[in-house]
Amino acid sequence: MENNRKVLFSIKDLNVKFSLRGQMLHAIRGISLDIYEGESLAIAGESGSGKSVLMKNLIGLLDKNGRIESGSIMYNGKDLAKFKNEREWRTIRGSQVAMVMQDPMTSLNPLKTVGWQVSEALRYNQNKRGNEAKQCAVEILADVGINDPERRYNQYPHEFSGGMRQRVVIAIAMACNPRLLICDEPTTALDVTIQAQILQLLKELQAKYNLTMVYITHDLGVVANVADRIAVMYAGDIVEIGTCDEVFFNAKHPYTWALLSSLPQLGERKSDLFSIKGTPPNLFFGVRGDAFAVRNPLPMAIDFLHRPPYFQISPTHKARTWLLDPRAPALEPPEQIESIKDI
Amino acid sequence: MGKDVVLSVRDMEVTFGARRKKFVAVNGVSFDVYQGETFGLVGESGSGKTTIGRAIIRVNPTSRGDVFFKGQRINGRISRELDRKVISEIQMVFQDPMASLNDRAKVDYIVSEGLRNINKSLSAKERRAKVGQMLSEVGLLPEFASRFPHEFSGGQRQRIGIARALIMEPSFIIADEPISALDVSIRAQVLNHLSKLQKERNLTTIFISHDLAVVRFITDRIAVLHKGVLVELAETETLFNNPLHPYTRALLSAVPLPNPIKEKQKVLTIYNPLQHDYSTDKPMWVEIEPNHFVHGNAAELEKYRAITDGKCSD
Repeated sequence: MENNRKVLFSIKDLNVKFSLRGQMLHAIRGISLDIYEGESLAIAGESGSGKSVLMKNLIGLLDKNGRIESGSIMYNGKDLAKFKNEREWRTIRGSQVAMVMQDPMTSLNPLKTVGWQVSEALRYNQNKRGNEAKQCAVEILADVGINDPERRYNQYPHEFSGGMRQRVVIAIAMACNPRLLICDEPTTALDVTIQAQILQLLKELQAKYNLTMVYITHDLGVVANVADRIAVMYAGDIVEIGTCDEVFFNAKHPYTWALLSSLPQLGERKSDLFSIKGTPPNLFFGVRGDAFAVRNPLPMAIDFLHRPPYFQISPTHKARTWLLDPRAPALEPPEQIESIKDI
Repeated sequence: MGKDVVLSVRDMEVTFGARRKKFVAVNGVSFDVYQGETFGLVGESGSGKTTIGRAIIRVNPTSRGDVFFKGQRINGRISRELDRKVISEIQMVFQDPMASLNDRAKVDYIVSEGLRNINKSLSAKERRAKVGQMLSEVGLLPEFASRFPHEFSGGQRQRIGIARALIMEPSFIIADEPISALDVSIRAQVLNHLSKLQKERNLTTIFISHDLAVVRFITDRIAVLHKGVLVELAETETLFNNPLHPYTRALLSAVPLPNPIKEKQKVLTIYNPLQHDYSTDKPMWVEIEPNHFVHGNAAELEKYRAITDGKCSD
């Protein structure tokens, strides 16, 4: 079924490095990923696992000291990895791909009215001016659930609550009808009740405009709410990818097991919550073998020597772990993640 | 129940500004905290959870009401000795480990600053020994004392914040969103550490958070705040299984479940504050069943009572 769907973005063997204090940091270590049209994909992982860096490659917002070492990102017959200057990026950014940033407090300009900031996108990308731009911006503000958009148009960000600000940020992203919307931790800075409303809004917009969505998040509750597919990232690599149900109920990679086990909902009251020992590997030095091996409670000898390939579990589900090799000992996932079904 | 009340807050009101710009952040809040328990304080941002915590440790002055700690009134004007006692017995762990540590001070100074002020008789050597011991107790190395905060990760910084609170040997800790700024895996480490220390030292804790999954995991009782007013207070499982106030229900329904099947079918409850008609019938704070308090007027309480009675007869 997956094969019939149109691939919107195709990332092939992408390597991204950053130069920091004279050293090279290997942030993305050979990722291949297809993003299908109309799907919502969630990228989950710890901070520093490279989830934001991976997605910033699609919109040309990689930090100055970072560069694509090798690999390709195909979109519409063009290779985004070969883009050199801002002019090329401007054909993609905004009109094809837009991004919602994490913190609505810092991603808006406090000195400009909200309306100005929404219509700015229209001026740049669709060459709309004056009243036409304003009319359009008011419609978009109404679309993202802001009451009384005519009056709100002339207000400044400080007059908006956190949830309303995030709606404005979404309005700016939606202004140019992008095909792909990247939401980088869209609700981390918000309260649970507001979070639920924003996720609801994003899902409505997706259905209405047939958007393709990528959510970057470390909150597995959010993932469960929005995602069709989940990619679990660890140390600059996708260690497991599959449909939402496959990853939650039939996870294969020990890191995914660890991530699921640390859910507070699975903990037993008054006993210790599961925590992953140690820290993620230092990507300044090359990683040998399976990056998770050192933190894995039950590693195998081969984990320290050779990097595992992907093992296909189902047409939509694959994981990078030697445990799936036919020669590996059978290892059952930890008991507690079985009870996710009962939450 | 035979539990000892350590901290008792009665009709607390905290206001900011004066006259026309007056803003009531906390309005008539009353609750008791028992010895050795973990008391959760939840609510959306701006509901006044942090303000309550800060009013207890006397950072924000109260404009009405009383706070009693071990039987003594500690808000308003108090004697110098009592102030010192409060400072050393009640300590706070702050939310953002990036912002709450002095960038220009070494860890040694940050952790020992309280000791310098309260326990002046301590020699420099003894103090250093204490800092080292405290650092190892929160899972850091004593050598870290000579480093600056920027050299640490978020989880480590939060542990420095915890060490700074614990070095005063408090019996009461107010943890203000101690894990909100941390990553999933680090979060578990810090939580486990807090609960371990709590068991070892028989600490009483007020745990302020908006992450209800975590609150459910670690607290004994929960108080729900909405716009500066306590709307419900109950034992954790009672509150999760049998919420009465419509705001509590809305809050609980919004908690994301890490189960894709259930989460995608979930129906959100929306809370509309206008559903209460308090124009003639004034609301009260009532113990509706043992240890379960709720805010409502006579008509609403009638309804809530029907729910709790129905539950009991099942």
